[in-house]
Amino acid sequence: MEKKNKYSIIIPTYNERLNIAIVIYLIFKYLREFDFEIIIVDDGSPDGTQDIIQQLRQVYGEERILLRARPKKLGLGTAYCHGLRYASGDFVVIMDADLSHHPKYLPSFIRKQIETGASIVTGTRYVKNGGVHGWNLLRKLTSRGANVLAQTLLWPGVSDLTGSFRLYKKSVLEDIISSVVSKGYVFQMEMIVRATRKGYHIEEVPITFVDRVFGSSKLGGSEIVEYLKGLIYLLLTT
Amino acid sequence: MKQILKILGVLLAIFAVWIGLLEASVVSQSYVWLLPVYLVLSLGCYGLLMVGIGLMFFPTCPQEAQLLQKEILEAKEFLSSKGVDMGSD
Ligand SMILES: Nc1nc2c(ncn2[C@@H]2O[C@H](COP(=O)(O)OP(=O)(O)O)[C@@H](O)[C@H]2O)c(=O)[nH]1
Ligand SMILES: [Mg+2]
Repeated sequence: MEKKNKYSIIIPTYNERLNIAIVIYLIFKYLREFDFEIIIVDDGSPDGTQDIIQQLRQVYGEERILLRARPKKLGLGTAYCHGLRYASGDFVVIMDADLSHHPKYLPSFIRKQIETGASIVTGTRYVKNGGVHGWNLLRKLTSRGANVLAQTLLWPGVSDLTGSFRLYKKSVLEDIISSVVSKGYVFQMEMIVRATRKGYHIEEVPITFVDRVFGSSKLGGSEIVEYLKGLIYLLLTT
Repeated sequence: MKQILKILGVLLAIFAVWIGLLEASVVSQSYVWLLPVYLVLSLGCYGLLMVGIGLMFFPTCPQEAQLLQKEILEAKEFLSSKGVDMGSD
């Protein structure tokens, strides 16, 4: 019989007390038939995120939910690296805790990977059956503008560059993440562009993105400037 | 090859074709001189058009937001019953 794959789901959190509980509930709801572990990388959230996670571990089992906390807010990119060190699966899923990445799509990521043998399966909002809810016109405009610019200049090979709901073969993630230097927003874009350049097989699945209901976004104001800097950086280095 | 070199390569190829057209003077010279202007204009139009199309057909999913609300309630109910502190934040 074929060996069953194990999936490590890495979720970085910062003040996501309510969201993370709901996300974990939904992961267990939709991934019943799969072997998986959840790795939470919490950066010392002052809102008690870690207390909730300890309670959830009592409900779902301490070996299914791992808390790998860090003392203070050190940023998203390094949070993934940190979580990855503890991953015991053959595949790693990276997703946000804020409910904009719905766990019900996880089975389609996994199925897509099994069907195609892809190294990376990335969620895309901009295709049939995908979509976004809760963005105003300005947000849509910047998103489309950024996408057209990146598609024209970078030839990235995927339709949704900045989405961060993805499944990786663990060895592939380890390989790419070590060559990525960007922080914050640009990190996801650099990951997928470097993967394309390295010739990894990347597949896409449609996802819907409902903007966060609880809590607030941790990525602030200067996003557009950061994005343009990132674009230039990727033009010069990839 | 770095992406910037690929793009420069494309630009260089276009430049070479343009110089070729100038030299060969098969078409009217004044017309050939204007070609780069047309190129820049059409690139701009392409960008605007793509953004416009993207906005017009921006995929939305209001029903997903409703489904999510239902599942949030479902999760809160289940987790509260298991003793997880789901007090609102
Ligand atoms: N561990 C950790 N998680 C973070 C940090 N910044 C953001 N996050 C988490 O990363 C995910 C995405 O952040 P979010 O604020 O929703 O970004 P946005 O969706 O781009 O607005 C959420 O799960 C956050 O809790 C950080 O510095 N450390
Ligand atoms: Mg978010």
